[in-house]
Amino acid sequence: MNQRLKIYFTTYKSTATLAFFRLAFGLMMLMSLIRFAAYGWIDKFYIQPTFQFSYFGFEWIKPLGTYTYLIYITAGIAAFFVAIGFKYRFSIVLFFLAFTYIELMDKTYYLNHYYFMSLVSFVMIFLPANAYFSVDSYQNKGLAFAKIPRWNIDILKVMLAVVYFYAGVAKINSDWLIEAMPLRIWLPTNADLPLIGSFLKETWVAYVFSWFGMIYDLGIVFLLLYKRTRLLGFIFVVVFHVLTRILFPIGVFPYVMIISTLIFFDAGFHQKVLLYLSKLLQIPVIVWENGLTKINTLSTIYKTKLVFLGLFLLLQLVFPFRYLCYPNELFWTEEGFRFSWRVMLMEKAGYIEFKVTDSVTKKTIHVNNSQFLTRFQEKQMSFQPDFIVEYAKYLHDYYKNQGINNPIVTADSYVALNGRLSQRYIDPTINLAQEHDTFQHKNWILPFNDSIKGF
Amino acid sequence: MKKIIVFVSFIAVLASCSSNENSGSSSDDTFNRTALLTHWADNIIIPAHQNYNTKLVLLSTDGTAFVNNPTVENLTSLRNSWLVAYEAYQQVMLFNVGKASEINFKETTNTFPTDAAGIEQNITAGNYNLELLSQFSKQGFPALDYMLNGLGNSDTEIVSFYTLNSKASAYKQYLTNLITALTTKNNTILSEWTGSYRNEFIANNGTAVSSSTNKMTNIFVKNFEKDIRSGKIGIPAGLFSNGTKFLDKVEGYYKKDISKRLLNAAVASQKDFFNGKSFSSTSTGPSLKSYLDAVKAVRNGQNLSDIINNQFVTIANNNALLNVNFSEQISNDNLKMIEAYDALQQNVIYFKLDMMQALNITIDYVDGDGD
Repeated sequence: MNQRLKIYFTTYKSTATLAFFRLAFGLMMLMSLIRFAAYGWIDKFYIQPTFQFSYFGFEWIKPLGTYTYLIYITAGIAAFFVAIGFKYRFSIVLFFLAFTYIELMDKTYYLNHYYFMSLVSFVMIFLPANAYFSVDSYQNKGLAFAKIPRWNIDILKVMLAVVYFYAGVAKINSDWLIEAMPLRIWLPTNADLPLIGSFLKETWVAYVFSWFGMIYDLGIVFLLLYKRTRLLGFIFVVVFHVLTRILFPIGVFPYVMIISTLIFFDAGFHQKVLLYLSKLLQIPVIVWENGLTKINTLSTIYKTKLVFLGLFLLLQLVFPFRYLCYPNELFWTEEGFRFSWRVMLMEKAGYIEFKVTDSVTKKTIHVNNSQFLTRFQEKQMSFQPDFIVEYAKYLHDYYKNQGINNPIVTADSYVALNGRLSQRYIDPTINLAQEHDTFQHKNWILPFNDSIKGF
Repeated sequence: MKKIIVFVSFIAVLASCSSNENSGSSSDDTFNRTALLTHWADNIIIPAHQNYNTKLVLLSTDGTAFVNNPTVENLTSLRNSWLVAYEAYQQVMLFNVGKASEINFKETTNTFPTDAAGIEQNITAGNYNLELLSQFSKQGFPALDYMLNGLGNSDTEIVSFYTLNSKASAYKQYLTNLITALTTKNNTILSEWTGSYRNEFIANNGTAVSSSTNKMTNIFVKNFEKDIRSGKIGIPAGLFSNGTKFLDKVEGYYKKDISKRLLNAAVASQKDFFNGKSFSSTSTGPSLKSYLDAVKAVRNGQNLSDIINNQFVTIANNNALLNVNFSEQISNDNLKMIEAYDALQQNVIYFKLDMMQALNITIDYVDGDGD
């Protein structure tokens, strides 16, 4: 075993692959940030709202008013520097921090692919991605290497594999496979699309999509790993993600995944792309095709780094299963739902009205949610218990300041999940102001009265 | 390598083209929103406004007759045509789209409780601009309710305001102005609908937030929630004021025996709209119901449209138990009002949550990415 590990860690691959990924990743991040800003979402999502939903333990991370733009500009510049490999180590650390800060400002906008971007940028801090086709190694030839230890590339493949495979595992549940939910709700609403539109309202099509989606997610990495099936796999990747792009409002995620999977190709492909770019920019590629291999001595620092990244990967494998620690149905309570690659997995919507009662005079006020929240925030809050309790606390504090004695906050709430009729969600008698958002089970969520079997 | 690049760019172009189809038009082989909007416009909305217009013409005629000759007899016939028009209004209040929302149709026609003191001030002052926000509660059917039923305890006493009172001519003028304002508003809306707006409404047949289907569905839900559930029952029954009841906030407060009739008319037209029933016949056309059935919205083994219609039956049953006079109902047995409210609330949830979800229609605008 030890021998095999040793052999593995002294196997080397072309740096072009990692450099290609760095360039593509940096540019995609830059485009994603520009897109976000161009839609005016920075102002709309982070500056205008009076209230922000924080992640547990990260309540100190808030938008900085107008200075929020600076965080975006910082992340954008850092992404560009990462792409061109300029002051790489500093730039990737800066990007990771700025981007992660952005994502932690308000969990309303949580998306799995943003989480993925944060994780990838974190891992990239530890990779010599500037050893090839970068400003750094062009300026300082000592940094240029044609080959690097292969784990530097494999770790990124593992991370992609986790996203796909776990997304596939999450689809192995009775709603997805036996009821074809939520695709049975989503697909018919796209019935006006040209060519495929008329099929989308057919129930059997929802089943085909559900099963294909599950098999695709579970198997795609294996198709990409083997040279013989790789091109077929990539065609699947493109068709699958383009289809999701057409059918769902899913942002840049399809493009990120399509581009990222190119890392599975042979180094020859990445070399050709970079050679082509070199010619275009009139940079001699010989700077990097120098025949040098980056050999790391097994120093304590290097070993520590390997162990650390190993533990990090292990955490990635275990963390999505934390839902097993909670009772009741995961889709219903969402305890352990985020950060688990549960992508486009359920159709859930809620309706919630809050009442604030003065504990002395017993006067009750019906809260108008739009006074405090944007429609987007209200929508997300209406079916996620951790949002509900955080908002209830805010209402408690707000009305206390308004002179209400020890405000009691209760909620009338209904949630509809995956084509089930709506039912009461939160115990209407519970004073939510006295509850806390912790990692413990929230026993004021009413039972689901149904079961979804599977992962 | 080249093949891959060509392939990727081809697909990227395909994707970027397709992504704009969200607001595109509907095709024939799916649920036809053009047909839906055409049916709504031609067989429901326009006929309802025309019917309302007919009733307003009668109201106007009887109004003129009463002003020219204020007798108890003329008051009685004016009251009748007022009530008939008020009922016809319940069948158009739902269509608060286009011109209607621009000219504050709802707010100027049926803001209650009416501001009796403000009306008296207007009559005394003689100059007022009914278009102002501050005047919304001094006009429309509730103001007419005060003018026709609330001025005195007996018909003779009421008629005396238009005959013996020192400001009799000002009372007559105000009465005339209120009726004229109602007529003008509806004429404006009707001429818009029979003019260019009909085609504009139908042509906007996409699924975007600003599309007609989306807007009408949002208005449908909002009307049911805010104007029927809260306005007609919840607020007077004290559900928004910690049990403090407001006997004077019922619809038709001065006439006393019409709140139930108006509620029933409003609920029935909401139900008919849901089922796509043509205004002037019993035939039905494309509707929210058939849209739900087209996307196969089944919940707990039952069509969602049936669940909603069953709830309409429950609502009707609960409403049937109410006193014709809601002020009396609230002070004698408010529990029945609360039960009526709860029945309505259940359909609010079905509409706002289950129906909107099934039709993939957002409540107002929520943009941004999902995953």
